[in-house]
Amino acid sequence: MTGQTQSAQTGRQMTGAKMVVQALKDQGVDTVFGYPGGAVLPIYDELFQQNDIRHVLVRHEQGAIHAAEGYARSTGKPGVAIVTSGPGATNAVTGLTDALLDSIPIVVLSGQVPTFMIGSDAFQEADTVGITRPCTKHNWLVKETDRLGQTLHEAFHVATAGRPGPVLVDIPKDVQFATGSYGGKETRSTRYAPAVKGDRAAIEALARAMETAKRPVFYTGGGVINSGPEASKLLRELVAATGFPITSTLMGLGAYPASGEQWLGMLGMHGLYEANMAMHGCDLLICIGARFDDRITGRIDAFSPNSIRAHIDIDPSSLNKVIRTDIPIIGDVAHVLKDLLEAWSAGGRKTDREALAQWQAQIGEWRSKDCLAFRNSDKVIKPQFALQRLEALTKDRDRYITTEVGQHQMWAAQYLGFEDPNRWMTSGGLGTMGYGFPASVGVQMAHPDSLVINVAGEASWLMNMQEMGTAVQYRLPVKQFILNNERLGMVRQWQELLHGERYSQSWSEALPDFVKLAEAFGAKGILCKDPADLDDAIMEMLDHDGPVIFDCLVEKHENCFPMIPSGKAHNEMLMGEVSTAHAIEAGGAVLV
Amino acid sequence: MLNIKEGSTSHSAYNLRSTFSDVEERHTLAVIVENEPGVLARVIGLFSGRGYNIESLTVAEIDHTGHMSRITLVTSGTPQVIEQIKAQLGRIVPVHEVHDLTVEGPTVERELALFKVRGEGEHRVEALRLADIFRANVVDSTLESFVFEITGTPDKIDAFADLMRPLGLTELARTGVAALSRGPEARV
Repeated sequence: MTGQTQSAQTGRQMTGAKMVVQALKDQGVDTVFGYPGGAVLPIYDELFQQNDIRHVLVRHEQGAIHAAEGYARSTGKPGVAIVTSGPGATNAVTGLTDALLDSIPIVVLSGQVPTFMIGSDAFQEADTVGITRPCTKHNWLVKETDRLGQTLHEAFHVATAGRPGPVLVDIPKDVQFATGSYGGKETRSTRYAPAVKGDRAAIEALARAMETAKRPVFYTGGGVINSGPEASKLLRELVAATGFPITSTLMGLGAYPASGEQWLGMLGMHGLYEANMAMHGCDLLICIGARFDDRITGRIDAFSPNSIRAHIDIDPSSLNKVIRTDIPIIGDVAHVLKDLLEAWSAGGRKTDREALAQWQAQIGEWRSKDCLAFRNSDKVIKPQFALQRLEALTKDRDRYITTEVGQHQMWAAQYLGFEDPNRWMTSGGLGTMGYGFPASVGVQMAHPDSLVINVAGEASWLMNMQEMGTAVQYRLPVKQFILNNERLGMVRQWQELLHGERYSQSWSEALPDFVKLAEAFGAKGILCKDPADLDDAIMEMLDHDGPVIFDCLVEKHENCFPMIPSGKAHNEMLMGEVSTAHAIEAGGAVLV
Repeated sequence: MLNIKEGSTSHSAYNLRSTFSDVEERHTLAVIVENEPGVLARVIGLFSGRGYNIESLTVAEIDHTGHMSRITLVTSGTPQVIEQIKAQLGRIVPVHEVHDLTVEGPTVERELALFKVRGEGEHRVEALRLADIFRANVVDSTLESFVFEITGTPDKIDAFADLMRPLGLTELARTGVAALSRGPEARV
């Protein structure tokens, strides 16, 4: 503590506002997303007078946070957003919560009324640190300019170290104006340092269990992506070395390639039949950087009933939170996988080949059910077909996908294949409608020459459609691929299954003409309603050098299958063509 | 499988206790935190946000130069919930250490309470006599009232309160539990 104060005193003198820009530069930040207002004017004045950091003016603060998330998720670097006090900060709350649930490292800087006015109900005053305390990993109110520099560097450290997450630094306006000393990146305290190395004995125990396993499965999640590209590389090596089948959560898609030999597809509520059956039937479950979310487990007491569970996670609170763990390993995925691979090869260990062959045969049987089959039509575009064509026409490109939330999101996860990590940005934990469009803006800023597609539903997309202004202003060629069924598709599906087909408030009678909407923003709009035109229309979208709204009119009453109804187990999936009457029983109806 | 050992701290999940039981347990936790604004709100917010119980909570700075405070927290829940509480506390950035005194070994627990007892005649004499038995001190006195100060385990204070109630107990203030491990070692 004293050391810090000393170095702060010996640092360079500058205003708090300048310190903000300097700290961002020292952290290697090249892009920030934000929206100016009274309480951040000094910071915006400093941003104006430099060229190292690009500021992207969003149209709503929620958009800034999701854009920062998209930037972070697609680069592995923390995303940064700047918002003003009061409404600027409260508008950031949804994005912060989204980033918290999906463990996305973002740093949000909010303006605050001057320190001497805090607590006086001043204009645009809100208790920002109070409001954002439960939706950030940590937050700070900085009351002295001398402490601003070290707090900003600490914020970047906390956002990225251990299990990543959102942080917020609230900076009163007088602190921005006042002069203080800035000591650089080294001034942060070094106390927060979650352990990254897993326990050796536990890793050995897992290696032993892998040797004798007859029906093993890897169940991986967003933690593999968060751990960095090395973790995905090691995961692929581990799968190759063992020949174990692998499934992933929504958040972990791309860590293992969809074209990989052992790939089972996504698991969970709308996961693939073979993936869920493998989870149910396995005798060794190796969870890597996932957290047994309720979308994954289905009914807890029927979850993977005969397996030994190993769980690798950097966050001790994830272990034994939902599912009892037999082999807990606390550590960073890349570090643990490296040690596990060593323990595997050093011991000259071998898998039970005969049992594995039987297990693979069983999985092959499940796979042959072809759970993603759907009845296509030559009259109306089926949403699954639209995504199959989108996949076929874009899979060989340098492609990033974002999504909104709902049926289209699940179909995208089912029908698009991801070969690499950081290519798939979606709101998993919080399920934030309106995430995908601003996230695509953030991704495109980070990857200006890549193809960025937001797979959307029309209802989600409208929630943050104001970001068209951002896309057009910064000439971001983001493709908004809207599967338009004129319904809140997932809500409608649940009302059909659960509420006697009473479609309460789940459709819209006043949708905009999306082509005209695109044109009103100075972008390109494409309407497609005939399956025969789909390929040409998609190619037209891809060939256009600029933002496109692609209004794809699809079957209105298509349901998303397969599905584990709430309150049911992995082996009680509903498939596409079966009757869905009474699929969810009274006990399951209270679940979301 | 791994040998599951008794006792656990926020630093390790390898000595997790068996969490099969559905029986609710009462645990006393010692949480060492950085004494910075909002840290108590973070701890309390965790308990309310995740639906955990707080039976008592005391907090005060214990190291002025190091800016450290000690929170003594009494909570109850199934073993799984208790483990989850400890892990969640450990995630809070300004939390340095979390110790489960209940499983780490024998502890002493003390609470201080002040009792205002109003009465005359035989009631007044009886209150004073019981206070003597409980080693409570009289810290304020009028001709018709006493304020007793008593230190002890929460059970002892409960027992004293039960006795004072029919003798004219009018007001009661309790501090909540402070606890330390027994023996020469500093565990926290």
